[in-house]
Amino acid sequence: MDFLNAIILLLNYLFVPALAYGSQLALGAIFVSLIYGILRFAYFTAGDLMSFGTMFTILFTWYFQSLGISLGFLPTALIAIPFGIIVTIFYVLLKDKLVFSYYRTKKSPPVMLAMVSIGTMFVTQAIVRIVIGPFDRRFFDGEKFIIKANEFKEMTGLNEGLAIKSTQVITLFVTIIVVSILFWFLNKTKTGKSMRAYSDNEDLALLSGIDPKRVVMITWVIAAILATVGGALYGLDKSFKPFTYFNNMLPIFAAAIVGGIGNPFGAFLGGYVIAFSEILLTYAYKKFFVYLLPESLEPDGLLQLLSTDYKFAVSFSILVIVLLFRPSGIFKGKVL
Amino acid sequence: MRKNLDVIAAYSIMLGLIILVGFLQSWSMALSILCLCLISAVMTIGANIQWGYAGLINFGIMGYTALGGLAAVLVSAPPVEEAWKAGGLNMLLCAFIIFSMIFIIRLIIKKFSKSKNRNYIIAAVIIAGLILLRLISAPAIESIEAVNPATTGFLGGMGLPILFSWIVGAFFAGGLAYVIGKIALGLRADYLAIATLLISEIVISVIKHEDWLSRGVKNVIGLKRPVPYEIDLQGKEWFINLVQKFHQGSLNLISNNLEKQQALKQLVIESSTVFVKLCFAGLFTAVVIVLLIVTQKALYSPWGRMMRAIRDNEEAANAMGKNVVKQHLLIFVLGSAIVGIAGAMMVTYDGLFTPGSYRPMRYTFLIWVMVIVGGSGNNFGAILGGFAVWFLWIEAAPIALFLINLFTSGLEETNALKVHLINSIPYFRFLMMGIGLLLIMRYRPKGIIPEKIKRV
Repeated sequence: MDFLNAIILLLNYLFVPALAYGSQLALGAIFVSLIYGILRFAYFTAGDLMSFGTMFTILFTWYFQSLGISLGFLPTALIAIPFGIIVTIFYVLLKDKLVFSYYRTKKSPPVMLAMVSIGTMFVTQAIVRIVIGPFDRRFFDGEKFIIKANEFKEMTGLNEGLAIKSTQVITLFVTIIVVSILFWFLNKTKTGKSMRAYSDNEDLALLSGIDPKRVVMITWVIAAILATVGGALYGLDKSFKPFTYFNNMLPIFAAAIVGGIGNPFGAFLGGYVIAFSEILLTYAYKKFFVYLLPESLEPDGLLQLLSTDYKFAVSFSILVIVLLFRPSGIFKGKVL
Repeated sequence: MRKNLDVIAAYSIMLGLIILVGFLQSWSMALSILCLCLISAVMTIGANIQWGYAGLINFGIMGYTALGGLAAVLVSAPPVEEAWKAGGLNMLLCAFIIFSMIFIIRLIIKKFSKSKNRNYIIAAVIIAGLILLRLISAPAIESIEAVNPATTGFLGGMGLPILFSWIVGAFFAGGLAYVIGKIALGLRADYLAIATLLISEIVISVIKHEDWLSRGVKNVIGLKRPVPYEIDLQGKEWFINLVQKFHQGSLNLISNNLEKQQALKQLVIESSTVFVKLCFAGLFTAVVIVLLIVTQKALYSPWGRMMRAIRDNEEAANAMGKNVVKQHLLIFVLGSAIVGIAGAMMVTYDGLFTPGSYRPMRYTFLIWVMVIVGGSGNNFGAILGGFAVWFLWIEAAPIALFLINLFTSGLEETNALKVHLINSIPYFRFLMMGIGLLLIMRYRPKGIIPEKIKRV
């Protein structure tokens, strides 16, 4: 019985939150990785693009709520996401036309493009803050929990409750759907294959008749979709605040690099690596061992490897270690 | 002289703008803009050395700035003897353990050839060291932080004059840069950018959460200034006489003696803040000029030419027998050390250290905007960038207010759109920075004052 309690405890505080957070990071990391592979620069607007997409999702959610449309026990935001995606696609394509295409045709070095993306980062951040303001916003409605801790306790008769938030389940479902469509697209369709070919060897791809403009456009569209979905899921699960989204850029980059930048599948797994290590290393294991060990051996301290303040620092330290020992990332991306 | 006309023109315009602020808003405001412009200029010199001379991207500026600030605290804050008694010995022991860990690992790397076993030994040493550190430091940290937590709760500093911290800050930042450089300099350009950005974030979170060292988010306030305090000045005879002499004309217009006294008192209070800021501006200008002379000399020395050669063609420079890795590390350390000085200067100017306020937007990306806008590779350009961008950053709000009022003049005061726009004025500075950066990168990619290469 104690053993089961200990397992439930870990599931509740470690596994489920890490899985949801990891999915949200993974979506971001995939598009950063794709942009790196195909457009060949570090896209510093990543976090802010996510907040841009989320902002429009929120605006549409409010609009639908005012019309009285809802999905019952599901959050209204789910209908709003496609509309948010459309606006974000327009925005990134406009940005590409006005800003990035110039440097691409000039074949500027990647550093230059990264700097330009800092410029667009400032602009995007300004737009988000001017339109919706810098405040913390919650836009979740519908049923909050799928299993409540108390119900679980009554059902199983255990001491520890397992609470599963509906947002966590939605996050997982949506991530699985989006990511499987994406990998099907990249691996099976002709367009996807041409994108991968372009990423592997640009000159060879051009010689074999792949239209670079199309590849670039589709990359941006995928980026906009992933950014909006990832951002909206993060906002549903926690809350929407432009500053946190900007900060999320850092673990996203860490995930993309750890997974092997330029390699979308690596980035996907990288997101979970980062999320799990952040939570595993900052969790206080005291209660877990109280269940497992006999009373005489019970630990005194919290058994926390690092205080929760260092959550971000953990993912960056992993990045440094990966950089030192395996610069191409765990799953062999481009060798940098 | 003719060649430098654009530089002189640009600087005159900049100074003219600051003086304009003095006339339109207030002199105290103009001087505080000037002081922060000078500090930004020091930062841009540091970033420019790395980017302009050597082509290294360092997005860790925030980390070095914060370390410089920490140096200011550790040098000038009065020591907290009680805390030292409570846990000082343990903390010193910890420092000793860290040093011996590094020493042992170096020894292992030197003595044994590369193998799996060596990696395991190193890992074992690190893990054992960390456990030991944790065991020794945990009770000490607890007792240090328990010492009068409302006002101290940290070890305090050395109680030395704060000006020393400018040099110490340089050493701190340079030391950190050495470690980071050893880890990350081998990476490709944009990869290095991400790595340094993340590492600076780690530095900040350490400073923020190690309360025994820096009081963390509880902030350190009341650091001693190198210049007189306003309140002391207001009581000084010579200062009052000086103010009286300076404002003779306007004071003579007031006939009533009592009113005259009152007006003088008001003037003395106002002038004291201006005087203090003037002192700061003088100190900072001295630093900027010294750095400018040194970096200019370095740029046109054989060493500077070698750096540019490495930047423009690494392989060729390598083939000529230049040690690229070593020079990169050197310039990385030098540039970061200069940023460290700026960090210490900033804390000196503010008189307080607030780890929570270090954010990448303000301390990393804005500095980069300054360097790119001003002109990378040219120190005069970088400094001008520091001035111009900081000026815009501060004055963006009034400019935005003016523009909004202009464009919405047809709307009523209570119009929802107008009210919303006016409420979000602080964020227009991001928009201005972003658009400015994009325009400069598009139409003048070398910056306002581009790099000039002297051909021999």
